Amino acid sequence: MEEKKVVIELDNVRRDFKVGEETVHALRGVTFKIYEGEFVTIMGSSGSGKSTLLNQLGCLDTPTSGEYYLDGIPVRKMKKNERALLRNRKIGFVFQNYNLLPKTTAVENVELPLMYNSRYSARERKEAAIEALKAVGLGDRLYHKSNQMSGGQMQRVAIARALVNNPTIILADEATGNLDTRTSYEMLVLFQKLFKEGRTIIFVTHNPEIARYSSRNITLRDGKIREDVINTDIQSAAEALAALPVNQDD
Amino acid sequence: MNYLNLLKVAIKAIASNKFRSFLSMLGIIIGVAAVIIMMAIGQGSKESVRQNISQMGTNLLMVRPGADMRGGVRQDPSAMQTLKQEDYDAIVQNKKYVTYVSPEVSAGGQVIYGANNTTTTVYGESIEYFDIKQWDVELGDSFSDEDIRKAAKVCVVGKTIIDELMPNVSEPIGKTIRFKSIPLRIVGVLKSKGFNSWGMDQDNVIIAPYTTVMKRILAQTYFSGINCSSITEELTDNAIDELTDILRQRHKIKDGEEDDFTIRSQQEIMETMSSTMDSITIILVVAAAFSLIVAGIGIMNIMLVSVTERTKEIGLRMSVGARGIDISSQFLIESIMISVTGGVLGILLGWLGTVLCANFGLPVSIPLWSIFLSFAVCTLIGILFGFFPAKKAATMDPIEAIRYE
Ligand SMILES: Nc1ncnc2c1ncn2[C@@H]1O[C@H](COP(=O)(O)OP(=O)(O)OP(=O)(O)O)[C@@H](O)[C@H]1O
Ligand SMILES: [Mg+2]
Repeated sequence: MEEKKVVIELDNVRRDFKVGEETVHALRGVTFKIYEGEFVTIMGSSGSGKSTLLNQLGCLDTPTSGEYYLDGIPVRKMKKNERALLRNRKIGFVFQNYNLLPKTTAVENVELPLMYNSRYSARERKEAAIEALKAVGLGDRLYHKSNQMSGGQMQRVAIARALVNNPTIILADEATGNLDTRTSYEMLVLFQKLFKEGRTIIFVTHNPEIARYSSRNITLRDGKIREDVINTDIQSAAEALAALPVNQDD
Repeated sequence: MNYLNLLKVAIKAIASNKFRSFLSMLGIIIGVAAVIIMMAIGQGSKESVRQNISQMGTNLLMVRPGADMRGGVRQDPSAMQTLKQEDYDAIVQNKKYVTYVSPEVSAGGQVIYGANNTTTTVYGESIEYFDIKQWDVELGDSFSDEDIRKAAKVCVVGKTIIDELMPNVSEPIGKTIRFKSIPLRIVGVLKSKGFNSWGMDQDNVIIAPYTTVMKRILAQTYFSGINCSSITEELTDNAIDELTDILRQRHKIKDGEEDDFTIRSQQEIMETMSSTMDSITIILVVAAAFSLIVAGIGIMNIMLVSVTERTKEIGLRMSVGARGIDISSQFLIESIMISVTGGVLGILLGWLGTVLCANFGLPVSIPLWSIFLSFAVCTLIGILFGFFPAKKAATMDPIEAIRYE
């Protein structure tokens, strides 16, 4: 592990929110390093600061104090456009509440990050979007609008959108929260495949089961790290999927 | 994001709010249509006035008795009787830059033929009058030098006189009409000129030798004016100087004293008229332009609503890598599209309005540049009034925007 490159380094990161007179301390000094190619699950009770942490890692937000180094560069010192470029090229983000464009087809939603990348032509964009949608099992829902899809389908569109730009860092906030067991495992298979390709994955979840398929698990409580364990016995999601009882309808 | 995509996004945004977009366009549509119609009327009237003035004659110079009245000073009636036969003779003898000369006297009244009568004006002129006015005698001939010398009771008449007095007469030449009991034998009929833009019938005239009108009809010894034409348009100023010299000498006006006559050139009248028309047009256009500013504020209002409504979308776009400039161009292009589409519709509406005005008989002519100007102004309005909402969108914080409900 030591010879691996540090991709993400947090140094005593705090994030306070002012709500009226009160101050909410969402993160109270978080320090950790994440190496290239790790599959980290983040767990913790509701309100423990998981989404707040992920927003920091996704360069969507900056810490109140402390420092976040991405590839060794402090994010705070970056210009707004540099952060936008990172979000566009390096990071794939799956939001907890999907955040799809309303009244817009699955393909158009997935294309969105590539719209801001001039290296893609219209055709390449569409091809990449369709490929990403097929990877999440939505090949038959390409032109359904976001308001014509189920929660699980929307969630998978959000995953496809996060993967379409071939990011090296994938940040997923409850990416399987709305999926049935089978589809959840299908998504896990996908994430494990990305993990094997060497991408860095940070996966927020409430489901302790999922930690068995990741390489490391961090548990948050009240905005602090309570536990940080390396998983030496990574289970195969593909095997688990195969072992699932076959659905009667299939 | 490239421009094609920005355009698509803008079209989609406008299309998803058709009625609202149309309402905000409406201000621009009306404003542009108003500007186009105003300019078309301004330009049209100017052209028709120019045409009227040029119909007055070629390189026309009008000498009138009395000092320049533009100061508004009241003048003695005797001052209006200074132009005499001797002045005319002096001009004819000494002219170099002046070609044609015709003294003018006129009398209004009834003219009778048989049981018919009509009201008209008899102008006493020299033969050169027809050259100055470039007015052809269509039927018969003009009167002769002999007629002028003898103050012969002959006349040339306009078409209207014939139509009114002798509708059933096939050969008007040689017929005698009566004006204030003076019999005048028709020797010629003028080519029809029709109405001018002030609604005056230019064919309702009788032209007679000036001697006849002065001696037999009015019994006066002075002219109401002398009309001349300069050799060429360029020599107009020389012709004016020449006439001034001749008349000052004749009237024995000492150096430093004011002229007791006024010379106006056709050019000068034309310039005065068109500058008056111009200022009227400018006032109308400025008024219409203000409505464009109001329309621009309307667009800004709608864009601000649109930005607020789409806060979540803006946050999402930013979170997947849109830069501030991408977001601001998106909204800027949307506002430009609204104003330019409004502009195009406004130009169409303005054109329709112009056609309608033309149907009502108003002189109109759309200057081509007014279309380009409207286009440019609309784009400018789009940029100007879209700028603030676009900036507001671009400076949003991605995470706050995405959490906005
Ligand atoms: N923009 C904000 N303004 C004010 N308080 C906030 C804001 N964002 C988060 N918080 C607060 O910070 C704390 C952590 O929130 P966060 O969303 O990170 O929790 P979480 O661990 O993701 O919870 P969940 O599992 O329910 O998604 C909460 O107490 C929340 O109220
Ligand atoms: Mg959360």
